[in-house]
Amino acid sequence: MLVLGHRTSEWCGVAPALEEDIALANIALDLIGQAKLWLEYAGEVEDAERTANTLAFRRDFYDFRNLLMLELPNEDYARTIIRHFLFDAFQVPWLEALAASSDETISSIGQKTVKEANYHLERSQDTVVALGDGTEESNTRMQKALHDLWPYAGEMFQDDEIDRMMQGESIAPLPSSMKKAWELRVERVFNDAFLILPDSDFSHSGGRQGIRHTEHLGHMLASMQFLQRAYPGASW
Amino acid sequence: MVTLKAPTIDQIWDWLEEVPDPEIPVISVVDLGVIRDVLVDGSSVEVIITPTYTGCPAMSVISFDIEKALAKKGVTELTLKTKIAPPWTTDWLSEKGRARLEEFGIAPPLKSGSPERCPQCKSSSVELVSQFGSTPCKAQWRCRDCFEPFDYFKCI
Ligand SMILES: [Zn+2]
Repeated sequence: MLVLGHRTSEWCGVAPALEEDIALANIALDLIGQAKLWLEYAGEVEDAERTANTLAFRRDFYDFRNLLMLELPNEDYARTIIRHFLFDAFQVPWLEALAASSDETISSIGQKTVKEANYHLERSQDTVVALGDGTEESNTRMQKALHDLWPYAGEMFQDDEIDRMMQGESIAPLPSSMKKAWELRVERVFNDAFLILPDSDFSHSGGRQGIRHTEHLGHMLASMQFLQRAYPGASW
Repeated sequence: MVTLKAPTIDQIWDWLEEVPDPEIPVISVVDLGVIRDVLVDGSSVEVIITPTYTGCPAMSVISFDIEKALAKKGVTELTLKTKIAPPWTTDWLSEKGRARLEEFGIAPPLKSGSPERCPQCKSSSVELVSQFGSTPCKAQWRCRDCFEPFDYFKCI
């Protein structure tokens, strides 16, 4: 969420239209706000005196645990929209499930953030259809973005040891259990948008476990963490 | 202006009623529905607040403004607690707050997800410009009759 929030904020001032610029800046704010809630709680659970700020700004790239799809550079606007849609379509049911978590803090963060995620999904879904069913150029670029991102989408549904442990304690469902409903929605929306779903099951993996990251994350962190690295503990 | 007596819960609510929302100063933080509870124990006061949007930059300003306003009234032992569940909803905007919003030119939130009418000419012929606006809580709409763009307080 922090990673996507930062990527999204990179559009601030350079998005293709003023309304888009404002929308993305607002979405970035939501995502960074949500990340803060999660990281605050992570710091509390870890009990090693790390705060949301130290987790965000003082961890190196190999300590980051995030979906590889979210750290890829923005490049084309079509890629930003497709990425948001693929992610939002997962986030809404996922956060809904977390709202029912046996863990009280996770449940309250889920209840709070799912409202924002719903709003994001409504917009990213509409925009996918508008651009897919737009001009020849917008359709071509959306199709290319979908083709580029598709091999990263599967990572959202890969279960690991921690997922299985959390499921065992009714803290969170298995990510894989979200896949069917996600596929149905994604198929329907891409169909409405005249976009063809790539016919491949291949998926990159390892970002959520920190086994690997793309070369892009380090560059992103260099800019995101610059201030806290140059002036540790700076505040205003 | 310094009160020496321990404040009552009602007094605290009255004082909070005078703290304006930093981004929409025509409504108070109480009208906005972010004050969830006020507890008083002798001279120590606890105010429970809830954020509107998780990333809303106004929340830290709101906390600071509350501290400032209560300090002015003589409250020296103040604890501000943030509580996110149950999550803030636009249902918590007060009736007075909704009326003030419209006077100010911001269409108040409606369950249907779209504004009832243009806050300027009251025409019901309005259209969406963008789901997002100048602050996290607003969307941009336009009136088809007077052609004025206006802010709509998003319903969540
Ligand atoms: Zn009008």
